[in-house]
Amino acid sequence: MIGAAVWRGPEAAVLTVGAVLVALLAFGIFVAFTGLDPFAVYKVLYLGAFGSRFSIETTLTLAAPIMLTALCVVIPARAGLLIIGGEGALVLGGLGSVLAGVALNGAPASLATPLILLAGAAAGAIWIAIPAALRQFRGVNETISTLLFNYIAIALLNHLVSGPIRDYGQPLKPTSWPIPSAFMIGTIPGLSVHWGLVYGVAACLVAFVVLRQTTFGFALSILGGNLRAAQMAGLPVAALALTAAALGGAAAGLAGAVEVVAVHGAASISLVVGYGYAGILVAFVARQNPLAVVLAALLVGGISASGGLLQRRFGMPDAASTVLEGCIFLAVLGSNSLYGRLRFLQSRSAEVK
Amino acid sequence: MTKQHNRTRRQILIGSGSLMAAGSFLAAAPRPVFATPMTVGFIYEGSKDDFGWNQSHAVGARKIAKETGAKLVEQEKVPETADVERVMESMIQLDGAQVLFPTSFGYWPFILKLAAKYPKVLFVHAGGLWKQGDPANVISYRGYMEEPHYCCGIAAGMMTKTNKIGFVGPKPLYFIFNNCNGFTLGARSVNPKVTSLIIITGDWANPVKDADAVNNLVDQGCDVIISDSDAPKVSIETAERRGVHSCGYHTDLSSLAPKGFVTGAEWNWAKGADFVKAWQTGGKYPNLLIGGFKQDLVAISPFGRSVPDAVKSAVLKARDGFTNDTLKLYHGPLKDNEDHLVLKEGEVIANDDSAFKTKVNFLVEGTQGQTGLKKQ
Repeated sequence: MIGAAVWRGPEAAVLTVGAVLVALLAFGIFVAFTGLDPFAVYKVLYLGAFGSRFSIETTLTLAAPIMLTALCVVIPARAGLLIIGGEGALVLGGLGSVLAGVALNGAPASLATPLILLAGAAAGAIWIAIPAALRQFRGVNETISTLLFNYIAIALLNHLVSGPIRDYGQPLKPTSWPIPSAFMIGTIPGLSVHWGLVYGVAACLVAFVVLRQTTFGFALSILGGNLRAAQMAGLPVAALALTAAALGGAAAGLAGAVEVVAVHGAASISLVVGYGYAGILVAFVARQNPLAVVLAALLVGGISASGGLLQRRFGMPDAASTVLEGCIFLAVLGSNSLYGRLRFLQSRSAEVK
Repeated sequence: MTKQHNRTRRQILIGSGSLMAAGSFLAAAPRPVFATPMTVGFIYEGSKDDFGWNQSHAVGARKIAKETGAKLVEQEKVPETADVERVMESMIQLDGAQVLFPTSFGYWPFILKLAAKYPKVLFVHAGGLWKQGDPANVISYRGYMEEPHYCCGIAAGMMTKTNKIGFVGPKPLYFIFNNCNGFTLGARSVNPKVTSLIIITGDWANPVKDADAVNNLVDQGCDVIISDSDAPKVSIETAERRGVHSCGYHTDLSSLAPKGFVTGAEWNWAKGADFVKAWQTGGKYPNLLIGGFKQDLVAISPFGRSVPDAVKSAVLKARDGFTNDTLKLYHGPLKDNEDHLVLKEGEVIANDDSAFKTKVNFLVEGTQGQTGLKKQ
């Protein structure tokens, strides 16, 4: 089902953009009901998201981890798995990177930083591979189990940072040992945005190429489209499903590692800010297309970036930007029912039938 | 999860050495003088109408804006993470804020980080954490809440019919003990027969436990209740429902208990207006300011309808005593409730003696209950 909505070219683009516009319109009506001028709100929304250099940098910084957590939905979706465990994989990635960072203390940074990022990705990969294996071998619903795995990950984080790996020099909130400051990655030259953005965009490009242009990607889409067909074709179904889940988990784990080495310098509950859940939204808005993920992540990042400004300029509740995100999510899902119904969007091959 | 952040903002107080160094360090770094009205940004960790800590700041924000003519921008529900850094920077960059009031305790490290980056912006933090070496464009301030608790205690001592009054505390921490001691000492200063009962819930704000504690105290005969919960709304409403008197905490809660409200212990964050003015004119300001009525950092709530005039005048007299420093909260002879002598006859603790107050781990004589701490 999930795979079915993937890549329909111009039809997908038109319907998605249309859905986003409908959502903006619905949000405008909602705003008008609260007695505010919707056009002034749109303007501030734009100002906060893309209106100045600072706004753009904030948007990019917020979009970077969401691109990676969106891949945690997109890649497994190709194999027919609906994974919503990005939040947990991100947390595990953060924890893995901290442990690696502490273990590598003293190593040269040029060696240690890639290893730290790799450790984060590996932790996320293993974390998401577990529910995929449960589904493959025990028939446990992977959507429910990954959702529950998020809570387990957060509980694990809380347990570790408030005891076993706690830095008692940080009295404000339970925080893990810090990674050595030499291992921290800085910002992209000329921009006040950390390197996570580059990783995010690069990961989306790689995912696009792998899913579309390789036999592995093709095998995944067969598996996602029809399990029996994949089995008949002799595809290694279990290995494919687990690999897809692990790759998705690795992307979210990398997001967690980047949050640690670029922003926090340690693991704490600060890692849990909803990037994983925003990734689900982005993956669906992008219709599971890795290239569209980049754009959808910028959209969601921009909405998040301007949320505070909406509050400050109009006294809107802090949930206003969440309402807008919800509108977009519903509009995009609703627009799925329009596939194949709008004549001017149908390609010739469809008309032949 | 935000709850947990909320809790920890007090934990730093326990180990905070800076409190020991209470006093005012004056700074006069060169900085621009602003002619036009300033923009002042307030950032809250929770909701600004929470009948608690955040609301007390939101009330102060309005007073500051009114007094200084500054434009006010506000953002609520900002977690104590890199988020607050973004919000502060956004206020500076997009709203042109020149003074920021990030009001939650856990914002402190982010304030220090940004203060170094934006030396032309004043950062005012509610906490009392500033120490020598921290940026000069940072102010940390906090009030001695035990003084208004003493005033509440006087009202409670005069108004109780059962001679039992109740205190609900969230955590076994020194400033909660100070508040409880202030409440008890105030009550016993006007009515030596009073016993105060203390219940420590263990949670900063747990509506179920708060209501439970109040019910428990009323069942034991208490007829005046004060609750130091982070969100005392439920406690006050429970007391009102049980038909007993109640005192507020953090901000003006009189609307929650039209019948039984007595008065309350409030912060006076509006004092921040002085900092805004000083920043605007290039005047001097303290980097660290901790004080009580004398320093105008605490206040009492407007009296409830049921409060007799004699009580009002006794409470106001005590407040004035703190204001002109003739009334000392802790003075000998003073015993704790386990019959140990804490202060000898003639021993007096200055009201701004933070070193003593941060080490308070006892409950004064007349308190029924335990600190829950292990005594060495």
